[in-house]
Amino acid sequence: MSPPDMKSGLLVTPAVAWLVIFMLAPCLLVLSYAFLERGTWGGVEYTLTLENIARAFDPLYARVFLTSARIAALATLFAVLLAYPAAYAIARAPRRWQPVLLFFAVLPFWSNYLIRTYAWIVLLNREGLVNNLLKALGYRGEPLSMLYSEPAVILGLVYNYLPFVILAIYSALSRLNPELIEASHDLGGGALRTFWRVTLPLSLPGVAAGGVFVFVLSIGNFVTPALLGGGRFQMIGNLVYDQFLAANDWPFGAALGMVLIAIMTALLLVQARLAARAGGDTARPA
Amino acid sequence: MSSVRAPSRLGGLVLAAIFAFLYVPIAVLVLLSFNASGLPTAWTGFSLKWYGALAGNANILHAAWNTLVVGLAATAISTVLGTLLAIGLETRRRKGTAIEALAFAPMVIPDIVLAVALLTFFSSLDITLGLPTIVVSHVIFDLAFVNAVVRARLKHFDFSIVEASRDLGAGYVTTFRRILLPALAPAIIAGALLAFTLSIDEFIIAFFTAGAGRSSITLPMQIYSMIRFGITPEVNALATLVMGLSATVLMISQWLNKEQAP
Amino acid sequence: MNARERAAAAAPPTHPAVLRIETVSKAFGAVTAVDRVSLDIRPNEFFALLGPSGCGKTTLLRMLAGFETPTGGRILLDGQDISPLPPERRPLNLMFQSYALFPHMSVRANLAYGLEMERRPRAEITRRVDELLATTGLSALADRRPDQLSGGQKQRVALARALIKRPKVLLLDEPLGALDKKLREQMQLELKRLQHEVGITFVMVTHDQEEALVMADRMAILRDGRLLQCGTPQEVYETPVDRFVADFIGVMNFIEGAVDPGGVFRAPGLDVPLARPAGTGALAVRPEAVEVLAGPAAGMPGTVLDVAYHGLDRVLHVRTEAAPLLRVRVAARHAAEWRAGDAVSLRIEPAHCLFFPDPAP
Repeated sequence: MSPPDMKSGLLVTPAVAWLVIFMLAPCLLVLSYAFLERGTWGGVEYTLTLENIARAFDPLYARVFLTSARIAALATLFAVLLAYPAAYAIARAPRRWQPVLLFFAVLPFWSNYLIRTYAWIVLLNREGLVNNLLKALGYRGEPLSMLYSEPAVILGLVYNYLPFVILAIYSALSRLNPELIEASHDLGGGALRTFWRVTLPLSLPGVAAGGVFVFVLSIGNFVTPALLGGGRFQMIGNLVYDQFLAANDWPFGAALGMVLIAIMTALLLVQARLAARAGGDTARPA
Repeated sequence: MSSVRAPSRLGGLVLAAIFAFLYVPIAVLVLLSFNASGLPTAWTGFSLKWYGALAGNANILHAAWNTLVVGLAATAISTVLGTLLAIGLETRRRKGTAIEALAFAPMVIPDIVLAVALLTFFSSLDITLGLPTIVVSHVIFDLAFVNAVVRARLKHFDFSIVEASRDLGAGYVTTFRRILLPALAPAIIAGALLAFTLSIDEFIIAFFTAGAGRSSITLPMQIYSMIRFGITPEVNALATLVMGLSATVLMISQWLNKEQAP
Repeated sequence: MNARERAAAAAPPTHPAVLRIETVSKAFGAVTAVDRVSLDIRPNEFFALLGPSGCGKTTLLRMLAGFETPTGGRILLDGQDISPLPPERRPLNLMFQSYALFPHMSVRANLAYGLEMERRPRAEITRRVDELLATTGLSALADRRPDQLSGGQKQRVALARALIKRPKVLLLDEPLGALDKKLREQMQLELKRLQHEVGITFVMVTHDQEEALVMADRMAILRDGRLLQCGTPQEVYETPVDRFVADFIGVMNFIEGAVDPGGVFRAPGLDVPLARPAGTGALAVRPEAVEVLAGPAAGMPGTVLDVAYHGLDRVLHVRTEAAPLLRVRVAARHAAEWRAGDAVSLRIEPAHCLFFPDPAP
């Protein structure tokens, strides 16, 4: 039955007001800064200009965007490659175990991001556990410097966002009507062919949702490059941070933020389209 | 169905590997926090001395107190706003696409963008940065998650109990207080607990909206500066405590939310 | 037909109505869910609103309860217009199809809720809840939560909760819809017994014509938001106003044909004298009004397709020239053993036939 009239307009008002005042207005404000000139001591001069936007596409910064995009894309790829088998294994586990497995797969995601990143510093630094382990195994060379590198940043991103991708793919797989798989077997499809022709295509919306999420959060990430990249190379997030807290060039920081939001919006729209197109008749019967 | 439910050895192996990847780094951290030497190089015996050192560190205690205050305040506000929002959105007769998008945005907007936007906003209005501005900022994403948790519960909620209450003579407010809120209580509390862990763990937005100086530093900010400084046994102990708290709160949240799920 | 039913059916038209529905309409945008329905519901009767899904019966019931506002017409309770009142101020109660028991309250607390809303004294609430728990056989379950009850028990609690305020009219939305067939038949009788005991007017929505026939004193049949017919089960069964009602209530055979100028209905192999003006249409005849003649007599010839066993009687499915499938009810005890493929001869009693002319083109 349809829900009753609960004076819904009244109920949503406080939250909507909060979000409009403290999220929408600040975001629009900062975006408007992108079209203003920087002030001498931080802040802005109220003179319209397109210079900041143009500067964001300067080769120097375009390279940062490309680096960020490459790192985010690789993180997305590895996260999906690791998450798919894990989600598949959870979806095939006995039914009563599934919620528990899923909960523990997702648990780290909700806990402290800094600490999870820090854990990798402990493991990967020159006096860290991995190097000690290698020494114990008879490795006699110089300690490996694994930290402060692009692979370390990618590893950190994969580690942090993997749980969410598992969750997204699992929910697509668990919504799959098992009769579809039975039907494929019944029609003579072997296990591999069934997976390739039925399960995988039908779980792609989950892959897309998880993937877009990792990409969006990675490309705008600030903590992981700062800690695991050691400030040696920059991603957009760090660039934005620097413009606001170090270089005091707020308009340019705002322009970079605007590009970030544009990328995010475009990806979310693509994902929504994919999800809508795949939203056909694949669900379990109610 | 045998083809999908058969416990497979390969599946077990995959899960073991993934769980090892997810939990070994954390486990190492926890283990090191109890190592008397504090170094990753050698185990020199079990010790709680690094936890003792934390208790004597005034900076950390101050940051912990700030974090608790921010977490509780942001949770209280966002639980009320998020719950009302969820009920409102779920009972709307018209589709509220714009409001849906607004409620979804805090979960996907890059932290750094929201952080600089809030910094810009507060400073353009000459609002002094401090714990209140952190609370205001945290409520933004906290309320989005409370809304998501409560709405998930409302999706399989039998709203006819609301009509039954009206039919039996209860007005709007009584129905809300005696029927709707108690029936939704597990989801509301689960959402509140999730909001609390998100708030006490949040770093970037707090960092930008806390203002200069040490007075309104929070635990994640404290941890960040300690990590940048290097690996110390105290950080390991602090990290263990923070992770332990989050995990406990999350498990309670999960358990509560499952109790009444259909 | 029991005495009360007869009294209700024979009541003069000026009989005071407890609930009067006056040309009530409800439109949702461009869709008209209920279209100018007028009904009088009499004190202490068991009234059924019957129709296929989407006919508007539930919308009508929700307007009586106050959950939907009519877009036209009035609803009078004891002569007072209750249309502007919100649900909580109407002295009617609704038993919900999903039961709508409060999940976080015990059975006892569920029953007490309505009385607490009236701000009755504690002692009175306890007494009335205990009484009703006893009447409905729920005393042993008083402290259970709804999720610890079976479907039948939940149904009983929902009914008790709706009765506790002694409403002037009890509205029931498919009250037995969620029960299995066996429990359903048992509850039909129990519901009727309870209605006698409490002496409250019941208005029940159902899509199950058999249920309506068994339980109701009077019933209204709706289709596409419009009232087609209102009457006792016997009236509706024996003199349906149109072909839809005839088909919807009970089992009916239709034979397409035409009435000739002499007033005789003719179809291939069949002549039935009806004193009617000429025109094409359908002859409607109940399975029990068709007789199987012994031997190859001068009736309508047909071939048995199938014999369905129904305990005391059997239903023959017969193919004739006039109708591809004619259902014929025969008592099992004096029925010869018909088999599929047998040739039979059928006779239709003109007095038991109805004729529905085709609508004018």
